[in-house]
Amino acid sequence: MSHPNKKRLRRSMMFLNCQKPGLIKDPYIYKPDSIMLDLEDAVAENQKDAARYSLFHALQEIDYHGVERVVRINGLDTPHWKEDIRVCVAGGADVIRIAKTETAKDVHTVEEHVLAAEREFGRPEGSTLLMAALESCRGVLNALEVCESSDRLIGIALSGGDYTKDLQTVITGTGVELMGARQQMIIAARAAGVQCWDTVFTNLDAMDVFEEEVRMIKMMGFDGKSLVNPRQIDIVHKIFTPSQKEIIFAEKVVKEIEEKKALGIGVFTVDGKMIDIAFYDGAKRTINLAKASGVYEGDL
Amino acid sequence: MINAVGREIPEEILKMTGKEPYKGAKAMDDHEFTRGAAKVHAVVDPGRSKLAANIREVLEKCGIRDGMTISFHHHFREGDYVVNMVMEEIHKMGIKDLTICATSLGKAHDPLVPMIEDGTVTSLRSSGVRGKIGEAISSGKLKNLAVMCSHGGRVRAVESGEVHIDIAFIGAPTADEYGNLRANGGKSNCGVLSYAIADAEYADRVVAITDTLVPFPNVPASISMTKVDYVLVVDEIGNPARIATGAAKPTTDMRKLRMAEYCTQVVINTPYFKDGFSYQTGVGGASIASTISLTKIMEERGIRMGFGVGGLTTPMCSLLEKDLVDVLVDTQDFDLGAIESIQKHPDRHIEISASEYANPFNKGAYVNKLDYVILAALEVDVNFNCNVVVGSDGVITGAQGGHPDTAAGAKCTIVIAPLLQGRIPAVCTNVTTVTTPGESVDVIVTDYGIAINPRRQDLIDALKDTKLPVCTIEELRDQAYAIVGEPQPVQFGEKVVGIIEARDGSIMDVVREVKEFSFED
Repeated sequence: MSHPNKKRLRRSMMFLNCQKPGLIKDPYIYKPDSIMLDLEDAVAENQKDAARYSLFHALQEIDYHGVERVVRINGLDTPHWKEDIRVCVAGGADVIRIAKTETAKDVHTVEEHVLAAEREFGRPEGSTLLMAALESCRGVLNALEVCESSDRLIGIALSGGDYTKDLQTVITGTGVELMGARQQMIIAARAAGVQCWDTVFTNLDAMDVFEEEVRMIKMMGFDGKSLVNPRQIDIVHKIFTPSQKEIIFAEKVVKEIEEKKALGIGVFTVDGKMIDIAFYDGAKRTINLAKASGVYEGDL
Repeated sequence: MINAVGREIPEEILKMTGKEPYKGAKAMDDHEFTRGAAKVHAVVDPGRSKLAANIREVLEKCGIRDGMTISFHHHFREGDYVVNMVMEEIHKMGIKDLTICATSLGKAHDPLVPMIEDGTVTSLRSSGVRGKIGEAISSGKLKNLAVMCSHGGRVRAVESGEVHIDIAFIGAPTADEYGNLRANGGKSNCGVLSYAIADAEYADRVVAITDTLVPFPNVPASISMTKVDYVLVVDEIGNPARIATGAAKPTTDMRKLRMAEYCTQVVINTPYFKDGFSYQTGVGGASIASTISLTKIMEERGIRMGFGVGGLTTPMCSLLEKDLVDVLVDTQDFDLGAIESIQKHPDRHIEISASEYANPFNKGAYVNKLDYVILAALEVDVNFNCNVVVGSDGVITGAQGGHPDTAAGAKCTIVIAPLLQGRIPAVCTNVTTVTTPGESVDVIVTDYGIAINPRRQDLIDALKDTKLPVCTIEELRDQAYAIVGEPQPVQFGEKVVGIIEARDGSIMDVVREVKEFSFED
């Protein structure tokens, strides 16, 4: 059986530097769905050990009030990742984010070490979930095999900075350079039944551009976005949370389909829109998203 | 004796000061007394000049001598040169045993410390002190008690005659040779001279010090020639860069923005938020952000403010620019935008005196008409008592300002404080020192949640259907202690070095000498 949290709500995943106690002590006050405690790029090379130490104690001591604790570990091409995994598992991280994932084999390698650590520290086997960051052209092209690599894998995230370097371009602000990767990844994730998250947006002076980008990735099908600042959280939640109008419509669709099915009617209209069974799953998804976001007050 | 906020006020302090222990925010309502009065040296001879050549001459003309009380205002904030230039000359003259009665003192006045040590200054009354003077008082170097008073409490003491000022030194951005003083214009523009107005009225001798002499008559004058004995012109009375800076860039710190948003939501969900409401706020990042977010909602809902009180900053003055407020009444300007505003809108942005602002012992002050005041605090305890003067290390490091006055007057007093300042919890079981009584404080807004004073069931009811994270004050304290632990109490010595004077003149709390911290075995 899959882990019960495998498909939980993950609209916002906020990066936090493990080197900074002031940042990791109480990010739950901003109410992100997940935090990503970073051992990788934000941490200076000679401070990796200190960051792991902070991370372990934070995971052990701090009550994150239900916010999911993801840890981004260092890449498999570094000397750090094995110890990172031991600390994550010993501390009780919910999810490990694998940096620079390119193949299913990368996931399997991490999985082996996670299992060993779960045994070493007496954690239930399978309790540590995984997610994969795709940061290269090869990684993006292998998205489907990565998505299908492990039962622990909750989904894939685009890492736009490294990916555009590999693509030999830059982040332009238009999104054109990320278009292919975004499409490829969301299709692969949906085919494999896992989640998919968009890359960070780092210009904090352009909140309107950020908001546009969030609207776009929502339309594309993404489950959420990696974030770099707590100011971004409310915007993502606003866009990813169904509006009351959407919820009411979805409720009607679900109820009508169930009623009409009993009467032997296949096609009918709700608020002037033609509805049939094909709309059922989408409407259910809206209701479930509303429930998970804490805005559903109905009885479905 | 235990006072109304549960603080032990030693009998010898009550005896020494002739003061009462604090009995409650309204205990002195309808108090009858006779106002104090100043000696006047009439200027009958039209040929007599008021201009003095230098500080020494003016001090001699005023008859400076041991044991006198001299006063200063703090409109030049950390840019003030007046206190130090006067005190240096007094120090050179060998005068001893002075009482300084300042509206406030800051780090700019660190040079007073040697004068405290050698007995030039032996008593001090001020809204507060920062920097080295605070350290000197807390280590017992001031001979007599330091009296920390609110802005309203100081002007009460002056007007009621409890404090008699012998010589008032009033830094004035512009003056004419006959002593008409204005805050606007000149090199050290500070917008208003509100805090100096009572000093001009009640001091025996009044000395204006300016760096910009203008042609007679300098009108409209904040302080009239009828109150001023001498005018002294010097090169510089202050550092303009430290008197008023450009408007602070609105904060982008999500923690402050979150607190500001909570504060605004509290305001708009309470019954006083309607056309014609009144409002005062401070200069902190969260206060400014909450004024900005409140402005948006006022625009959306078409709700106008009747009057705003300040301590003003640019965001409050923007309300006037947008015609969202009828009038601003001003006691102090914190940035250039506020100074510009009072010059631009003389009909709707009005200078008021400290007495009009906050004096509990006149026939009604502006604070009594406030609907909302947004304040900050160093510490708040589970009884909603606030401390804004003594740091959690026991050292005096802040000022009462208008905190207790506005809290006592406003219908809804909101205190914004981040729950943790580094490892120091802002919400605690017992504040180090009580400066504002919990009975005057209604809502505490922190980054972790909001607590409403149980005395205000009406506000609890008003906010119960909102999505605001309302909890009890004990829950806030417990969250803070769960993260950083319960702090050990500061170790004080026995000696009382200062009192926190309540705005009505009674004693709210005492401040003791700090002891070097020693770890328990």
